[in-house]
Amino acid sequence: MQLTLNEVTKKFGDFTANDRVSLTVEPHQIHCLLGENGAGKSTLMNVLYGLYEPTSGAVEIDGEPVRFSGPGDAMAAGIGMVHQHFMLVPVFTVAENVALGHESTRGASLDLESTRARIREISERYGFAVDPDAVVEDLPVGVQQRVEIIKALVRDAEVLILDEPTAVLTPRETDELLEIMRQLRESGTSIVFISHKLREVRAVSDVITVIRRGRVVAQVGPETSTDELAALMVGRDVSLTVAKKPARGGGAALEVRGLTVVGDNGVVLLDGVDLDVAPGEILAVAGVQGNGQTELTQALVGLEERVSGSARLEGRELVGLGTREVLGFGVGFVPEDRSTDGLVGTFSVAENLVLDRYLDREFSRGPSLRLGAITDHAGAQVVEYDIRTGSVDSAVATLSGGNQQKVVIARELGRPLSLFVASQPTRGVDVGSIEFIHRRIVAERDTGTAVLIVSTELDEVYALADRIAVLFHGRLMGIVGPDTPREALGRMMAGEPAVAVVPPVPWDYSQQPSPSEQDNGAVVRSADAARPRSAATDRPEGNPTA
Amino acid sequence: MSASTAPAPTEQVSAPPPTELSADGQRRTLLGSTLQSVLAVVTALLLGGLLVAVTDEKVRHTAGYFFARPGDTFAAMWRAASSAYVAMFHGAVYNPSGAGLSGKLYPLTETLTVATPLILAGLGVALAFRAGLFNIGAQGQILVGATLAAWVGFSWHLPAGVHLLAVLAAGALGGAVWGGIVGLLKARTGAHEVILTIMLNYVALNLVAWLLTLPGFQREGSSNPISPAVDENAMFPKLLGEHFRLHWGFVVAVLATVAVAWLLNRSTVGFELRAVGANPRAARTAGISVTRGFVVVMLLAGMLAGLAGTAQISGTEHSLTSGVAASFGFDAITVALLGRSTPWGTFFAGILYGAFRAGGVTMQSMTGTNIDIVLVVQSLIVLFVALPPLLTLATRRRRIQEVAA
Repeated sequence: MQLTLNEVTKKFGDFTANDRVSLTVEPHQIHCLLGENGAGKSTLMNVLYGLYEPTSGAVEIDGEPVRFSGPGDAMAAGIGMVHQHFMLVPVFTVAENVALGHESTRGASLDLESTRARIREISERYGFAVDPDAVVEDLPVGVQQRVEIIKALVRDAEVLILDEPTAVLTPRETDELLEIMRQLRESGTSIVFISHKLREVRAVSDVITVIRRGRVVAQVGPETSTDELAALMVGRDVSLTVAKKPARGGGAALEVRGLTVVGDNGVVLLDGVDLDVAPGEILAVAGVQGNGQTELTQALVGLEERVSGSARLEGRELVGLGTREVLGFGVGFVPEDRSTDGLVGTFSVAENLVLDRYLDREFSRGPSLRLGAITDHAGAQVVEYDIRTGSVDSAVATLSGGNQQKVVIARELGRPLSLFVASQPTRGVDVGSIEFIHRRIVAERDTGTAVLIVSTELDEVYALADRIAVLFHGRLMGIVGPDTPREALGRMMAGEPAVAVVPPVPWDYSQQPSPSEQDNGAVVRSADAARPRSAATDRPEGNPTA
Repeated sequence: MSASTAPAPTEQVSAPPPTELSADGQRRTLLGSTLQSVLAVVTALLLGGLLVAVTDEKVRHTAGYFFARPGDTFAAMWRAASSAYVAMFHGAVYNPSGAGLSGKLYPLTETLTVATPLILAGLGVALAFRAGLFNIGAQGQILVGATLAAWVGFSWHLPAGVHLLAVLAAGALGGAVWGGIVGLLKARTGAHEVILTIMLNYVALNLVAWLLTLPGFQREGSSNPISPAVDENAMFPKLLGEHFRLHWGFVVAVLATVAVAWLLNRSTVGFELRAVGANPRAARTAGISVTRGFVVVMLLAGMLAGLAGTAQISGTEHSLTSGVAASFGFDAITVALLGRSTPWGTFFAGILYGAFRAGGVTMQSMTGTNIDIVLVVQSLIVLFVALPPLLTLATRRRRIQEVAA
């Protein structure tokens, strides 16, 4: 089946989300739609899937224009979609989920047997390893995604739309998904792959269509370099690698020892983590979401209830203090989710920029706020951090995601810090803003601040890290150098300790002189500082080879 | 890629742009909400008028020959509704048949008198709303405030000025304690404030009823549950002379409005409370104590309601009965709702409700329209005030669904 979008335009009032977009998805093809958040990818796919009617232009199947009045029509025409957020009923079995909406019945009773058979057949053909009788909520995320794919395949989808499918996956699951995509292509299913992760896009696509501000700006092959793709996506040259000097290292600003967080239900969420962060160093914590990273950052700033162990910042104990006291010691904190934890949506940009600083002498006198000072401060920050807003009095919720994140970053970096803790500092942020935020974080490091970054995006970890710590099920798998291969990090993220994954002398990576490194000593020093600790945390595995 | 055929312009229902990036978005919602409040009042009045017309005796009579002369029915309906509202206006704002200017404006002062406790209690409810708490307990807070104010008023004997201040402080304290209990329980145990306040309303009501049977509280020689009258010194002086009931409590209400406006918009405490109300998780992450915010706001809300109780004791009633709070505590919720929980919105909504109350009596006596119609209009207002947010919520959800994915 050949699927064509012919000059599709979609307008919302005066706003043009898609402007004369044309593209063709051939059979046996993985066609990637690459673009920043808000470029119009999702709108386009919603047109394709029958959720929107195009303002002008048409969707054509095998050259015949078709009109979909809803997803049901699209499905019937052989288009299947796997949404970024899964549309599964957690307490149902796989078979029940697949049958949902298309149940076959025998009299008044539900007939799942045919569905089960279909699932087994598909599962076998593509090596999905999905049990039709497993309950969905018990399955790992990667398998749940396969259930979504099965749902589409059961309905004979010939074109499969995958909307940001790798956002929730571990590197290994991502590789497995890419392999599945290739198999589907071999068997004749064409795939529309929506993503902004350049590495994956290049690895699997046959054709890459780059969309910017609702228009197709280029159609290129997978041999295009990541820098070129990024430039096409953003519309100007972007450097994805942050230029930075080696870390200064020396001593430890933050010393974490045996930090443990227990959840409400008694589950240990963070288990005896030991780590150090030197002043002027970025320690990036990698790991699949939900392995204790959130708890680590929240425990540091006093947002967790049941914490034991110790975290000393320049000799002062942070565990047991309230959030306000911790922040008062010069800790900047960027929470994982800006809209729920970082910003008050109905507050203005100016108010959000002082959300944790309104008691500073600068912004209040006695019980009253200095509204003038707050507005002036906001004006300066908006310029310095390039926050695109109509006015500092606009509600922050009206800003785009990238600009909202810049508000949080500006607030937290806008005062002298001794420790900067950021969780997912660039989640859901466009490439241009990512570049900016990364540069600001490195600049903060260069002033001698200890920086702890949590990220589930390995690209971000590699871009920023001076050392990389990996968490798995709340335990530290080890701390390794910034040049540790992706594959090794992936194995650590799946639960293998560093000593088992990284070759015997892991620090060789950081000691290999590279042309940009002039101050080799610093690198070695910071590496040395990490070595005994990584061995110590592997205690449970009992083979401290280091 | 196939050669392009002429792009066929299709009929398209245009949806709004996915995100609103305009700077005046906030201003527009503010204007919109004021407009919504006004529309809610107007619509409720229209429907109320219809109800008056339909229940009117004459209208029913003319409807008997509706198909012969429909004009009669409509004329009768118009007469019934308009005369009811004219009577209400005469009772609430301006009475053309009053003696002299003071007589003509007497209804307006009555409105303001009735509005005083409504404004004060309404401010308490609005303040709690802004911190994310649904304070149903203004009634109980008024009662406890009034009780303490009355007790200080009749059992202490202090010089002029000092006594009134003591009564004001006592009323504020009583309300603050009653509200503070709620804040404390919510902060400590996570109990829901709606349940707590409703239950404390009952406790307060029965507490007052019980106190009024005690020798120290019940008026000597009276078998009714009524306390002795407070001292002359404990009463609010009349604002416009002895002919009018309007007292200095109204000035207290104005000052309270100014104070709450300052607190919410220009003080650090207000900043915290608003942050706690708008996004408690973000507030907590920013180092603001959410639980402390609950306690503080309930203390303040109770204090304002307690002042409403004081206004009743020192301003109009002068002695404690278990009916001293009337239904002010519950009307305060609708007043705050109609005022969109802003201080000045609450102030004017309070005056409007005061007018309904003052005018309703006149309407009943002059036109025979049942005063309950006022209750219906008030209820309709609440309904219409609550309706637009529901509508916008529904449309917004649909829009999010469209834009998402």
